[in-house]
Amino acid sequence: MNTIAVDTVHSEPRTFLCREEAHPHNGTLLGFWLYLMSDCFIFAALFACNAVLGTSYAGGPSAHDVFDLPGLAVNTALLLVSSVTFGFAMLEMARQRKRAVLGWLAVSGLLAACFVALEIHEFVTMIAEGAGPGRSAFLSSFFTLVGTHGLHVTVGVLWLIVLMVQLGKHGFTEANRRRLLCLSMFWHFLDLVWVGVFSYVYLVGVLR
Amino acid sequence: MSHPSQSALEHGTSHHGSHDAEHANHGNLRSYLTGFVLASILTIIPFWLVMGHVIHGTQATVLIVLGLAAVQIVVHMIYFLHLDTKSENGWNMLAFIFTIVLVVIVLGASVWVMYNENANMMPMSPQYMNHKQGS
Amino acid sequence: MPDRPAIWNFLLGRLSLSSLPLDNMIVVWTFVAVALGGGVVLGAITYYRQWGYLWNEWFTSVDHKKLGVMYMVLGTVMLFRGFADALLMRSQQAVAFGSNMGFLPPHHYDQIFTAHGAIMIFFVAMPYIAGFMNFVMPLQIGARDVAFPFLNNFSFWLTVSGVVLFMTSLFIGDFSHAGWLGMPPVSELQQSPGPGVDYYIWGLQLSGLGTLLTGINFVVTVIKMRAPGMTLMKMPMFTWTTLCTSGLIVVTFPILTATLFLLSLDRYIGTHFFTNGFGGNVMMYINLIWVWGHPEVYILILPMFGLYSEIVPTFSGKRLFGYSSMVYATASIMLLSYLVWLHHFFTMGSGADVNSFFALTTMMISIPTGVKIFNWLFTMYRGRVRFDVPMLWTMGFLFTFTIGGMTGVMLAVAPADFLLHNSLFLVAHFHNVIIGGVVFGVFAGINYWFPKAFGFRLDEFWGKLSFWFWQVGFWVAFGPLYVLGLMGVTRRLSHFTDPSLQIWFVIAAFGALLILLGILSFVMQIFVSIRRRDALAVGNDPWGGRTLEWSTSSPPPPYNFAFIPNVHERDAWTDMKKHGYQRPLEGFNAIHMPRNTGAGVLLAGLGTIFGFAMVWYIWWLAVVSFVALIACAIAHTFNYDRDTHISAQEVAQFEQHTGNWEPKAQGATA
Repeated sequence: MNTIAVDTVHSEPRTFLCREEAHPHNGTLLGFWLYLMSDCFIFAALFACNAVLGTSYAGGPSAHDVFDLPGLAVNTALLLVSSVTFGFAMLEMARQRKRAVLGWLAVSGLLAACFVALEIHEFVTMIAEGAGPGRSAFLSSFFTLVGTHGLHVTVGVLWLIVLMVQLGKHGFTEANRRRLLCLSMFWHFLDLVWVGVFSYVYLVGVLR
Repeated sequence: MSHPSQSALEHGTSHHGSHDAEHANHGNLRSYLTGFVLASILTIIPFWLVMGHVIHGTQATVLIVLGLAAVQIVVHMIYFLHLDTKSENGWNMLAFIFTIVLVVIVLGASVWVMYNENANMMPMSPQYMNHKQGS
Repeated sequence: MPDRPAIWNFLLGRLSLSSLPLDNMIVVWTFVAVALGGGVVLGAITYYRQWGYLWNEWFTSVDHKKLGVMYMVLGTVMLFRGFADALLMRSQQAVAFGSNMGFLPPHHYDQIFTAHGAIMIFFVAMPYIAGFMNFVMPLQIGARDVAFPFLNNFSFWLTVSGVVLFMTSLFIGDFSHAGWLGMPPVSELQQSPGPGVDYYIWGLQLSGLGTLLTGINFVVTVIKMRAPGMTLMKMPMFTWTTLCTSGLIVVTFPILTATLFLLSLDRYIGTHFFTNGFGGNVMMYINLIWVWGHPEVYILILPMFGLYSEIVPTFSGKRLFGYSSMVYATASIMLLSYLVWLHHFFTMGSGADVNSFFALTTMMISIPTGVKIFNWLFTMYRGRVRFDVPMLWTMGFLFTFTIGGMTGVMLAVAPADFLLHNSLFLVAHFHNVIIGGVVFGVFAGINYWFPKAFGFRLDEFWGKLSFWFWQVGFWVAFGPLYVLGLMGVTRRLSHFTDPSLQIWFVIAAFGALLILLGILSFVMQIFVSIRRRDALAVGNDPWGGRTLEWSTSSPPPPYNFAFIPNVHERDAWTDMKKHGYQRPLEGFNAIHMPRNTGAGVLLAGLGTIFGFAMVWYIWWLAVVSFVALIACAIAHTFNYDRDTHISAQEVAQFEQHTGNWEPKAQGATA
């Protein structure tokens, strides 16, 4: 085999081929992290719009008029707790306890679904009061930013249901573990974006 | 040399496949609970400040709220997302820092640019505004 | 909505017979030509029973090499479409003076320049770049495929989705007339009530998603799948620029997605992001779209810089001068490209402070590029330079792009820009850098890597002819535009009143004809080369290459490498040749590969239907196709069986018999 050539310059032989296949590490987790970084820029553009258009009330309702801060506190708590319970699900996954994982996942999903339901209720109420997304640029940017976040959470809940079915069917295969890790990253990321939303859009919004 | 599956890709069930999920940092109970407590505190304070009109002066309140939000984001990163310099050989951290730098540039410069644009190009007539334009 | 029974409005949305542009003879005859030509092609495929072959070997392939070739074909087809638009514009502007209104009324002319720009950037340049990065990068890093082969296939078909929507707009409805960036208020519902801007939005949203997925795919591939021993600073320069370009895509394209999404919200549900009233701010769109738009032009040029960094050392017989500085220059361009975007709208009114800051950063960003130019020149210095066709294109680039870059620095002087903004000087500048940088790079790369992909070289005579037509044609076409721009002539005009300008436009039109000859020569080059392919046949290393792709057969087998390479030095293939490497002819193992899949075609097809339904307000179809899209995507995740394997015997068969390594005419070894 001439893959080992005698190197006349140095004294040791050089191998130019791998006889045993080098095993590349799976890139799914890094790839998903990069997707989350790209999602940061979607939200950055929406936050920028909120920064620029957030006081353009066009003679209509302002943040102070329409934001329900106690409801916001409830929603924030729901999302934060669901983030922690998802963390518990991941700890149980490390311990290979399928039923516990499914249980905590169900709790997280339920809490997030409540979050989305409350948000939809908030939107419907605002629209009924004449403070819909078409009323002013401020409201356009509010509904879009908060709505995009809510859409992400909805997708997360849907993904969670599908993954629960797949875990039930196939158990903790390598692929399913990776998917759960990706969903976990997604879940926490959305809670992180929510920190920005409730702080800047709502709390700072009522002060502007 | 005849094992059939020396492979460039993983196959589902073999032992070497489980390395990556184990390498990913799962955290432990302590980190999740600590993160939860910290995040809760960092959430309650801004709510209290705003709803209770605690501090006189909106500028200061805004700065504190935003500052605490930034801290809470870091808390989420560390305790929930387990971001450290080791995951994915530091590429996660590098990607994150690159993202944050660019997000800050995009947000900050956009606000600066648009503030100036609005000031120069959109003189406000009274009937359109309840508040002063520009933040 | 058309005036007809409600059931038709429900079923067809706002689509009706009046949506067909039957009154526009140019479009009608184009349709006839496309229908005939398309019919011939589809008929031939059917007659020769090649649908099965095309589906199994190409459309459902997750092989990065096949996808790369398909991207190149797509880019070439769209080059013809985009260039046809260019010829129409040049012809109109050459004749439309005084009482002669030309043959293109303004509303049609506006759609043509919009389509020309959007197609050239999104469906010519981006596919070409994706094609090169796809084909070459995994080979250069010693990998078997990219990190996410299915997503790779899906990305390609999403790009095709965008193309389908754009091309459909030619025959059903009309296209946007708001320029390639779709600026409001022209792109808002009030001034563009028709389907044009919606075609534009959905075409770009679909293909933009494909591009984003490609970016993620390639970053992970370069980070995770390099052959053992290939550290970052031992990667080929083209791989470095692939990494940086893909990273830029990941952080840039979401902003385009978000901004177009906001525009579509304004158009569909009546929000007020960029409207003129109710608090909307038109300038915010322009700000956001250029936050995307500036990094986008670096996404276009960085891969080409990497490509030139492969060609110059190979054809100079010398290693690249200043490798480290090239890497740092590329990385700094990545960051700096995010600090200059306002130079696209100095005149919008942000004031002197803001303008000065961005003027300075814009001038600064030319420095790393200047470093690269010097590195290429120093690589050639004291090398044994061979002027094969790829090198000819590179010489053209060095000359043409550098001048274009200099005009860019002129534009960066904000006070000067107050004259030159949106003048023909600007048009000449960006064509100067895009043609000189990107297009010349595409042809250089095609001539360079075609032998690797197909096992035979491209005909040299037609290649040189094509180059000279393009090189001379470019200056004849765009030199006059610099003059006109300095005189103050505005872009995007379909008619002029000052007859003294006409001579310049006539010269420019002649230049466009020269470029047409360049394109036709390229087509001849392909035809002639295919006919003469036995005489032009090559082995694995026709140019005396320096990087790992030249170690594989031409074309490479599906698995790329029978054994993953073990890398010791930069310019790994040169290193292997220097140490007398000979490839093994026995002892092969079975190789695991990803399976082909039709899921990408299906999902992208559903996306296209969704886009079309949204354009025409066919809400039931939009809902059905969207739900089907989600359902099929979820169903696909239930398919865990995505791998197959190539047996050791098949590998042996290729390595020993069917593969093509033997040089018919070996190039000089480094």
